Formats: sequence, structure tokens, C-alpha cells
Amino acid sequence: MSETTAPMPRARPRREAAIRFLDRYLLYVYTAFAILYLMLPVAVMALFSVNDPPGKSNLIWHGFSLDAWLNPFGVPQLFDVVRTSVVVALLSTIAATMLGTLIALALVRYNFRGSAATNILIFLPMATPEIVLGASLLTLFVAIGGPPFFPTNFVTILIAHIMFNISYVVVTVRARLYGFDRHLEEAAMDLGANEWTTFWKVTFPMILPGIMAAALLAFSLSIDDYVITAFTAGRTSTFPIFIWGSARIGVPVQVNVIGTAFFLIAVGFVALTTILQARARRPLPPPAAGRERPELEPGRAALAEAEA
Amino acid sequence: MRARQWLIRLTPYLLLTPGILWLLVFYAYPSVQMFISSFWSGTLETGFTVSLDNWTTYPEALERYGPQFGRSIVYGAAATTICFLIAYPLAYTIAFRGGRYKSLLLFLVIAPFFTSFLLRTQSWKIILGDDGILFGPLKDLGILGPDFRVLATPTAVVAGIAYNFLPFMTLPIYVSLEKIDGRLVEAAKDLFAGPWRPGGTIAGGVVGGVAAAGLAAAFQYDVVMLALLGIVGGVLIGTFFLSESFVRIVLPLSLPGVFAGSLLTFIPAMGDFVNAELLGNTQTRMIGNVIQSRFLDNNDYPTAAALSFMLMAGILIAVAVYARLLGTKELTSS
Repeated sequence: MSETTAPMPRARPRREAAIRFLDRYLLYVYTAFAILYLMLPVAVMALFSVNDPPGKSNLIWHGFSLDAWLNPFGVPQLFDVVRTSVVVALLSTIAATMLGTLIALALVRYNFRGSAATNILIFLPMATPEIVLGASLLTLFVAIGGPPFFPTNFVTILIAHIMFNISYVVVTVRARLYGFDRHLEEAAMDLGANEWTTFWKVTFPMILPGIMAAALLAFSLSIDDYVITAFTAGRTSTFPIFIWGSARIGVPVQVNVIGTAFFLIAVGFVALTTILQARARRPLPPPAAGRERPELEPGRAALAEAEA
Repeated sequence: MRARQWLIRLTPYLLLTPGILWLLVFYAYPSVQMFISSFWSGTLETGFTVSLDNWTTYPEALERYGPQFGRSIVYGAAATTICFLIAYPLAYTIAFRGGRYKSLLLFLVIAPFFTSFLLRTQSWKIILGDDGILFGPLKDLGILGPDFRVLATPTAVVAGIAYNFLPFMTLPIYVSLEKIDGRLVEAAKDLFAGPWRPGGTIAGGVVGGVAAAGLAAAFQYDVVMLALLGIVGGVLIGTFFLSESFVRIVLPLSLPGVFAGSLLTFIPAMGDFVNAELLGNTQTRMIGNVIQSRFLDNNDYPTAAALSFMLMAGILIAVAVYARLLGTKELTSS
């Protein structure tokens, strides 16, 4: 963690060399172990998706089998719960991304009374433990006591997911807006564009990567949420609720298959956008005569942004 | 012209309204409702009535679930400490030694998030199982006794929490380290900043000893033994690897990230019940487990609401103290 490379007067050279060696490589070794530790459960999940357990419990390695991969929805209900999770994630992502982007625009672009209070209201849901978010929503729904809020159902899950996603969208989009060069908008206005055109032709394409990043973040938060969903789901089941319910009697191998598939899709998506982005950043070939320069797509940077 | 100016002044509010309304109705008001619900009496069938006489719910809940509250604080603090010990060197390496692999390393830090939280915890159950892939072979070889177990102990719960929230600690520290101007460190070296001795030896020993002893107490291990190990480790690292430029420049500049990371780790860690449920036993139940079962299994809304309210109040106080000292920018921007 330091730079002890400064030569020490009258130092015992061998010991100093050993320390310098350690200083140089110890951090890398430590980092390698930390990354290994982070990835270990993911690897185990993938490994146990090709397990061949005789009973319901999938906790001990028995042998290799591709049965679960060939029949990923071969467990009752599993297809329905995955579909519910994806639908909730899609709808809540769309809603939260729109609401959150508008808030981010207001916060960065305008000075207005109440912006400090708004900041606090955005921050608090992220600082509240999930269990409190879920529990307080449940008390609201119980207090209302009638449809469509109680008994809790698909609609209440959606309400909850939009709620906890808004703050993350605001924070992600706002980070993008801070670095925005407003001269570009002024230039567009000078060239005769009105506010509406300027927004859609200049501002929006430039903040689109931030919006895409926010949407991806919201989607992954939503599809993985168990705690808040448990409080607002009632009889509706999502993929995480299904996992929790089956954890006591034994998680089916198929659950590992779907978890692994989600992981691979996400990683593939990130890899693809990174490659496309790297290609887009390469200097463009000189435009061929009579042809227009290919336009750069700002959307490509989105995913990498989400990770940063 | 007047109308137009009005419109411009109104624009931010028009942009804000839908989202803020959503948060007010489904975040802010439910918190109030939760407070009201803690004064409820009755059942789901008969309906609930609010009465101030029910304030006794609070002392009763505290008395009954005091141990779980205490456990949440201890486990949360232990997990936060472990996260810090793993995350700081990790973030440091990525920020200063990452080179062209910086984005790849960052991606690897958040990659576990692409897997379901529950499935990751389930994986730890597989890894730490009594005859599982880690301890099974060790037991067969006779390295560990047949009664050795980690699953269903506080160790497993704290390890699970620390694992699940590690990226929350790593990313804010990374962000604050990344911002540091490398020229400051160079300038310090030009001004003869060298190894930090004997300060590093003393500080390393103290920090290592205290952290190890605290963790040993939380995990119910041999305190003296681990404290000694911590002191030895801390002294070694402090003597040989801490430089003045790190202690005087890098560390202070990264403190906002450390605080933000600690808060972002400690808050969800305290409210967690998934790890305690999947990796623990009845003796490791945390306040989250109680709230969950009171709400969802017993429909005991008043007690559960009172417990959640106390949990939230405690956390709000922590956040307020934090915001007072350091501001909210650091938290929301990282």
C-alpha cells in the first residue's frame, strides 16, 4: 500500500530488495484473492447448475448432468415466476427511468426553492434498509385495506419497485448531466433551433448513455429484489420469492440454470457494448468522397457507464 | 412575456412533480403510516384502531427483541470492518495499479451483482456446508475434526453479509482514491517522504490488535489469540508497507469514500435477514428476521412497525450525523 522505493541510506540491500519485491506484488496477489473471493459463489452456482442430485437438495456435488440445462423450465411454476419478474422489471424500469430523468433534469438545470429538500428526499430511500422500505409500504397497504392495494398483489410489487428505483435513476442520470457542456445547446439555439428541437436534437442524445445506464441499473435492481418484494407480493410470486420458498426444501437445479443464464446474458451484454464502444472510439477513417461520415452512437457507452 | 417567465419559473416543478409525488406517497407517507401503525391494536380480521395507550409496544418490543437488536449492530459492525479490510487494498490497487485493466477489475468487482442475491447466498451455503465442497475434503484428510462447522454459526452469517455488501464498500473508496492527483504523491516523495517509521509500527499494531480482538469477540473466537495475530500482522504491514506519502496524503483524501462506504455497508447489513436465515441458526437471528416474521408470518403489525420504526430512527440519526459532518454530496454522487 505504499511506495517504499526511495533508496534508504545504509540499508541492508537484501532485505530491502525483498520488501520492494513484496511491495510490488503483494497488492496484486491480494487483489487476485479478493476477486477470487467475489467470484467464487458465482462459479459454485454455475457448477451446481450441472449437478445431478438424486433428491431435491442441491447442496452436495453428485455428478455431471446437463438435464437441467436441456429442460430449464422443467419445474412447476418456474416459468411463470421468471416471466413475472421480467415483466415487473421492464415496467418498473420504464416508469422509474422517466420519472427519475425528469427529476435529474430539474435538479441540475434549474435553481429553485426546495432543491435541497428534493435532494434529501432522493437520498433517503437509498439510505433506508430494504426491510424498512418494504415494511412501511405494507403498513400503508394494510391501512388502506382495499383493492388494488390490499391484499397485496402484482400492482403493489410494481409500485414498490418504481419507488426504490427512482433514486438510483436520478443519481445515475445526474452524474451524466453534471459533465454536460451547455455551450452545445447555446450553439444550437444560436443556429435557430428552438428549445424543443434543441432538447431532442442535442441534449437528449448526449444524456442518452446516462439514461440507458440508469435503466440497466434499475432493471437489474428490480429483477433481483427479494426483500421489498416479499413485503408487497401477497400471493404473487417472483423469481427471488420462488428461490426463497424453495430454499427450505431444496433449490431445484433449474434455478441455478436460470441464475447462470442471467449472469451470462448480462456479462455478454457488457462485453458486447464494451467492444462496440472501443470500436466507436477508434479514429474514423477519412470520409470517402460523396459519402457521409458515419454517425457515432452515444448509446454504446451506456453499459460501461452503468458499471462505473 | 409575463406568462412565459412564469412558465420558465414553473418548469423545474413540472419536471419534479410526478417523481416526487411518487416518492412522497410511496416512500415518505408510508414511513409516517408505519409510525401510526405501531400504535395499532386489533387484528387483520377485526380491523385496527389507533390508541396512544399502545405506546407500551415500544418498551415491550425492545425488551423482547433487545438481543436481536444488539446482534444486528454487532454483526453489522463486524461485517463493515471486514469489508473495509478487504475493500481498501482492493480499491487502492485498482485505482493506482490497475493500468489498462482498470475497467476489467472494476467490472469483476460488480459482476457478482449480475447474479441473484439469494443464489449467491445459497452458494455460500454449498461452500460452507458441513460436508460440502470446502470442508468435506478437509475432514476426509483429517485436517479438520468431524465436528467442525461454520454453517449455522455467527461466523457464516457475518461472512455472508460481508460478502454480499463488499462492492458497496469498494466502489465509494475507489471513487475517492481515483480522484486523488498523483502529482501530490510525487511531490511528497520529492520532499523526502519515505517509509512511515516508527508511526506505522505503532499504528499498525494498535489497529490490527483492536480490529482482530473486536472481530474475535463478535465471532466468539479466542480473543487473546486473534488479537496477538492482529498485532503481529499490523506491525509487519505498518512497518514495511506504510509510507508517509500514503498516511499523509492518500489516506486523508480517501476518508470521505471510506465513510460513505461504511455507511452504505452498515445500513443494509443491519437490516439484513437473508444471510441470518440461510446461513445462520435460531441463535443468530437479527432484527430483520424478527421484523419479517412478525409482519409476514404472525401479522403482528404493531410490534413489527415499532421495531422497523426504531431501526429506521437509529439509521436516520446515523445518516444525519454523517451529513452534518461530511455533507450528502459524497453519498449520492458515488
